[in-house]
Amino acid sequence: MANKVIQALYNDDDVLLLAVKKVKAAKHHIEEVYCPFPVHGLDKAMGLAPTRLAITAFMYGLVGLAVSITMMNYIMIEDWPQDIGGKPSFSYLENMPAFVPIMFELTVFFAAHLMVITFYMRSRLWPFKQAENPDVRTTDDLFLMEIEIHDNEADLYALLAETGPVEIKVSQK
Amino acid sequence: MYTFSNRLKIASFILMAVGAIGIAIGFMSAPSNVAEAKAIVAAHADGHGDTHATEAQEDTHATDAHQADAHGEDHSAAHDEHVLHQLQNKPWAALYVAAFFFFMIALGVLAFYAIQRAAQAGWSPLLFRVMEGITAYLVPGGIIVFLILVASVAHMNHLFVWMDPEVVAHDKLIQGKVGYLNGPFFLARAAFFLSGWIAYRWYSRKLSLAQDAAEDNTNFVKNFRLSAAFLVFYLVTESMMSWDWIMSIDPHWFSTLFGWYIFASMFVSGITVIALVTIYLKSKGLLEQVNDSHIHDLAKFMFGISVFWTYLWFSQFMLIWYSNIPEEVTYYVTRIQDYNLPFFGMLALNFIFPLLLLMNSDFKRVNWFVVMTGIVILAGHYLDIFNAIMPSAVGDQWFIGIPEIGSVLFFAGLFIYTVFNALTKAPITPKRNPFIEESKHFHY
Repeated sequence: MANKVIQALYNDDDVLLLAVKKVKAAKHHIEEVYCPFPVHGLDKAMGLAPTRLAITAFMYGLVGLAVSITMMNYIMIEDWPQDIGGKPSFSYLENMPAFVPIMFELTVFFAAHLMVITFYMRSRLWPFKQAENPDVRTTDDLFLMEIEIHDNEADLYALLAETGPVEIKVSQK
Repeated sequence: MYTFSNRLKIASFILMAVGAIGIAIGFMSAPSNVAEAKAIVAAHADGHGDTHATEAQEDTHATDAHQADAHGEDHSAAHDEHVLHQLQNKPWAALYVAAFFFFMIALGVLAFYAIQRAAQAGWSPLLFRVMEGITAYLVPGGIIVFLILVASVAHMNHLFVWMDPEVVAHDKLIQGKVGYLNGPFFLARAAFFLSGWIAYRWYSRKLSLAQDAAEDNTNFVKNFRLSAAFLVFYLVTESMMSWDWIMSIDPHWFSTLFGWYIFASMFVSGITVIALVTIYLKSKGLLEQVNDSHIHDLAKFMFGISVFWTYLWFSQFMLIWYSNIPEEVTYYVTRIQDYNLPFFGMLALNFIFPLLLLMNSDFKRVNWFVVMTGIVILAGHYLDIFNAIMPSAVGDQWFIGIPEIGSVLFFAGLFIYTVFNALTKAPITPKRNPFIEESKHFHY
């Protein structure tokens, strides 16, 4: 992996956003941007595809709903039938109001937890993982834009220098 | 400036005329004696000979009769008298449900408007004139609701059973509430609530228009303080209004979160109408600075408050269903037995439809999608009010027929006429609101 990359550091999110737009306008592929905090509109400026996390959240929610229905049906109706609220109907549907809070909670529980796990997996984050951060200052107050070099180092350097960075460096990856 | 197009004006007049005919038919076809009432019930049963509706009706008649037997009364004459009263109530109840429903839309918008003012929201000032236009309906709508209440107190109808001295004489529970539930105090409260809401609307609108020509922000600041104070007044009076005008129709039953529940209904209907009117005005080339992000925000409110309404509806329902206390649970027993379709249908319209249709972020920006969902939400909340008022007023004699649809059409026409007429009175975009620039550049 002898990829050479050029990294430009910025000290302001608005400057970064303008720089990203400029680099995109010049038809370069931005490898990654590292920020100390989320920058509103950065994903659109970088041309990233919209996240599909919301769709997975919906599906996880449906899984949670199904689990809660199956679970409550087994526990309260089949395995040990319960007389709920003095109405011994022993039918899931007729006792459903009592189960709605559980159905709701498990829907939220599954959607939230599985979505977080999905997010970690998609971002390739797991326990004891070494940080991929190229410059520790991006965890403090600097923004870093990384572009891969394909025999165009001088061009990129000139382009990035115009966008108002506080520092530009070239490194091996 | 917006000009009221002739087509819309004529449409509103046609709605009012057709609606008035429907209301008149409703009043003329109401029975005046027991024999006529019996004929109507019999004709109704014949017409639907094979349907489930009749079976269900006969079932409940049987239980009614059974209960009457148990009380050892001469049940059949009492029952016939009861049905006569229910059928005589029917056109009044139809009128009252529609009158209240459209009035409630204006009141919900007024609350939303006051919240925007009190929160000094930056996204919404472009929509202030739309909201002010809709709240103009408070005056005619409020007066009509008030007149219906006056007619009830004057014994022209029997919507509120506690107004009947005969009933109170034999009812210990109502006797205990006479200090609060009596005609003069009831009307005095209604007049107090209505005058407070209308006064706020009038003064806030005046300040809003004065701000357009002002040199500084004093009008804006005054409006902010006024709105914050109004919200306190509104929360108390809205809650009491819902006890008075809706909950007291069933004077034995009470629910502590009823005020919130009706508030959620009026809030979501109001926001929906703001979205619908905004999209209509945009389609006429007005409000060109209102962008998809504004519609998106309104749709988020429609989605969120629909879920909020469901939360309150369910909180009320589940506790009463679970505890199963006879004096409380009758409220839901009558609704599930006699109003099964509107009761559960309303839940589908008010919860499942908005939940699924507006869940996707992108759909909230698609105008025709918002319009479609909005119409579903409005239909659902009409049914909500229908379910709140009808069971206690007409019992199992309900039907969505000519009087009900006529009343909806009449008030829809009046609503459209009043709202769009008010919109022509002032520039559609506020000029000197301090947040107007932020609102113009609002981007989500």
